[in-house]
Amino acid sequence: MKILIKNGRVIDPVSGRDERADVAIAGGRILTIGVVSPDFQPNRVIDAAGCVVAPGLVDLAARLREPGHEHEGMLESELNAAAAGGVTSLVCPPDTDPALDEPGLVDMLKFRARKLSLCRLFPLGALTRGLAGETLTEMAELTESGCVGFSQAEVPVKDTLVLMRALQYAATFGYTVWLRPQDGWLGQGVAASGAVATRLGLSGVPVAAETIALQTIIELVRITGARVHLCRLSSAAGVALLRAAKAEGLALTADVSINSLHLTDVDIGFFNPAMRLTPPLRQGADRDALRAALADGTLDALCSDHTPVDADAKNLPFGEAEPGATGLELLLSLALKWGADSGLGLPATLARITSAPVAVLGDALGSLQSSAGRLVEGGVADVCVFDPEATWVVKPGVLKSQGKHTPFAFDATGTALPGAVRATVVAGNVAYTAAA
Amino acid sequence: MLMKRNPQLNAHGELIHLLSIEGLPRAVLTHILDTAGTFLSVNDREVKKVPLLRGKSVFNLFFENSTRTRTTFEIAAKRLSADVINLDIAKSSASKGESLLDTIANLSAMHADMFVVRHSESGAPYLIAQHCAPHVHVVNAGDGRHAHPTQGLLDMYTIRHFKKDFTSLSVAIVGDIVHSRVARSDIHALTTLGVPDIRAVGPKTLVPGDLKHMGVRVCHSMEEGIRGADVIIMLRLQNERMSGAMLPSAGEFFKNYGLTDDKLALAKPDAIVMHPGPINRGVEIDSTVADGSHSVILPQVTFGIAVRMAVMSIIAGNDA
Repeated sequence: MKILIKNGRVIDPVSGRDERADVAIAGGRILTIGVVSPDFQPNRVIDAAGCVVAPGLVDLAARLREPGHEHEGMLESELNAAAAGGVTSLVCPPDTDPALDEPGLVDMLKFRARKLSLCRLFPLGALTRGLAGETLTEMAELTESGCVGFSQAEVPVKDTLVLMRALQYAATFGYTVWLRPQDGWLGQGVAASGAVATRLGLSGVPVAAETIALQTIIELVRITGARVHLCRLSSAAGVALLRAAKAEGLALTADVSINSLHLTDVDIGFFNPAMRLTPPLRQGADRDALRAALADGTLDALCSDHTPVDADAKNLPFGEAEPGATGLELLLSLALKWGADSGLGLPATLARITSAPVAVLGDALGSLQSSAGRLVEGGVADVCVFDPEATWVVKPGVLKSQGKHTPFAFDATGTALPGAVRATVVAGNVAYTAAA
Repeated sequence: MLMKRNPQLNAHGELIHLLSIEGLPRAVLTHILDTAGTFLSVNDREVKKVPLLRGKSVFNLFFENSTRTRTTFEIAAKRLSADVINLDIAKSSASKGESLLDTIANLSAMHADMFVVRHSESGAPYLIAQHCAPHVHVVNAGDGRHAHPTQGLLDMYTIRHFKKDFTSLSVAIVGDIVHSRVARSDIHALTTLGVPDIRAVGPKTLVPGDLKHMGVRVCHSMEEGIRGADVIIMLRLQNERMSGAMLPSAGEFFKNYGLTDDKLALAKPDAIVMHPGPINRGVEIDSTVADGSHSVILPQVTFGIAVRMAVMSIIAGNDA
């Protein structure tokens, strides 16, 4: 397939390229950026006039719900959602049922995703068998199957000795361990501790649930030399610990979710179950610290934390509602909104959802490492074409994801979101084009 | 974010559900208390009935067990001439796996006019109010730790009955406040009605510092907490909190925070002692206090029926 993307504003966050140019794609690679030879005979022309031509988005946390939760999401629906959101690579956590603790499960996921060719899929293997926090998984085997790291998803390892052993073992082979810092005991509430939870009578998750876990992880990283990616920080105090640990030179990276970047516990309103999320939404000062930390690079990347939840699991009293929200189709818009609010230019904004997450993945990406999240001649042709001036309204009917619940639904916010994806190219194939 | 209208009020600011006292204007609370006053005499008549809810069906939906509250709602509805249907959901649909909203849809199809809901999860009555037919009214009879608004209102009725004016009072609420929906409703009602000094009294495990966000003074010493108080509201200590990580023992709690005649002497000479019941004698309150001259625990129960009659008749008269 030969594709010509014409007349767009091409942005590559790494080289700083930001210019009007054409992009020629052939054989899954970017052939030319700039003036394309008249000899190039495309099968498909995408007119990108008025649009930005950016690297395809890389999402560090998206649940596809297979296997085990097919009623909430299927590979096909969720990868279609990814393509519609301009996401060309995504990392899925291992909290499927069964958990991704065996190479066969990972092989199957990778195989089926490849057949759909809508988005590149990078699974995280379970750090411990069944995520039970007791026995290590066969990390080398899982890596061979395509796992890019190891994670406990939402299940903290309560036993510190097991956590240390897991980090030691992973460090031996240079595997990255992905941990969401949350103390297993203090983290049992349903909303962030504070005025809102107190008022509504919801059990609270104190900031200490995050900082205690972070202190433990940081200390174990010092001892073991393991590489750890911290998933979805939620608090100002957590950001401060991360900043100090990075200044010390520890091998840590971190991300934040679109939800924590834009919302606070006040948005829970009258027990709106769409706001039931993990980590829980915290206070304004926390949100502001997260936004600043993403801008200054303390937090490396922004992720969707995409979690399709079905209506039966969501339409329940707040504390009983299943945590999570759909996010793949909102990632770009919410990054643009944050970037505009923060006074960042488009290249810097896009870096948080393209090149920076690729840097987090590092050599786990293999040959993709050098060009994913970028737009370079000779590099992989993963491209997102979007109209930065367009706005759209989040309504359940417009989402491709099987998960329809989002805190950003128009009914709740009354506002439209900026930026609309026009086309998505994955490995040189058109995975999505917006209806005209 | 768009802030939605308080779901308890219609576009004219009239009460259509009673879900929480929080956010209700003072005039609405006063109207309920005044209306309750007019119903008090009904309870003294030979025929204890008025026809305000004749032909209406009130469903008591108790997802959590309760005898006392359900009974008072049943009496209140019957004195308003409503047909009352008691559903012990804890033992029926929920245990068969029916979802909360399916249960509500089914009962709505039976042409219910009012749901009186008790549920163990904070906020459950909001979900029900949002999903039931527009003509159905919802009364929260206690949800999780969140709210027990009719208890809060009957407490206000009791305080007003004995103290007349709210704006010069010191009120102490003592005990397990963090887990108490009664305490939250009392605090919202007291702040709305203009009580200047509200104290939350108990150990840090039951009275965390976060409570100051609700407009109360947090006191960890019983002596400091009840000194000079006009009203002392003792809360029930649930059995499951009496030993474990919250408290070492009921005995130690009583020693520090139990209300005895000695401690009561620190309050104003004409202080009243309240309790939402059922009381644990010798755990949060000494028998001599519970049965003594300062205790208004039994009048609270009587006022409770009139207050529930007032709430049901008011919301039934307002359209969504």
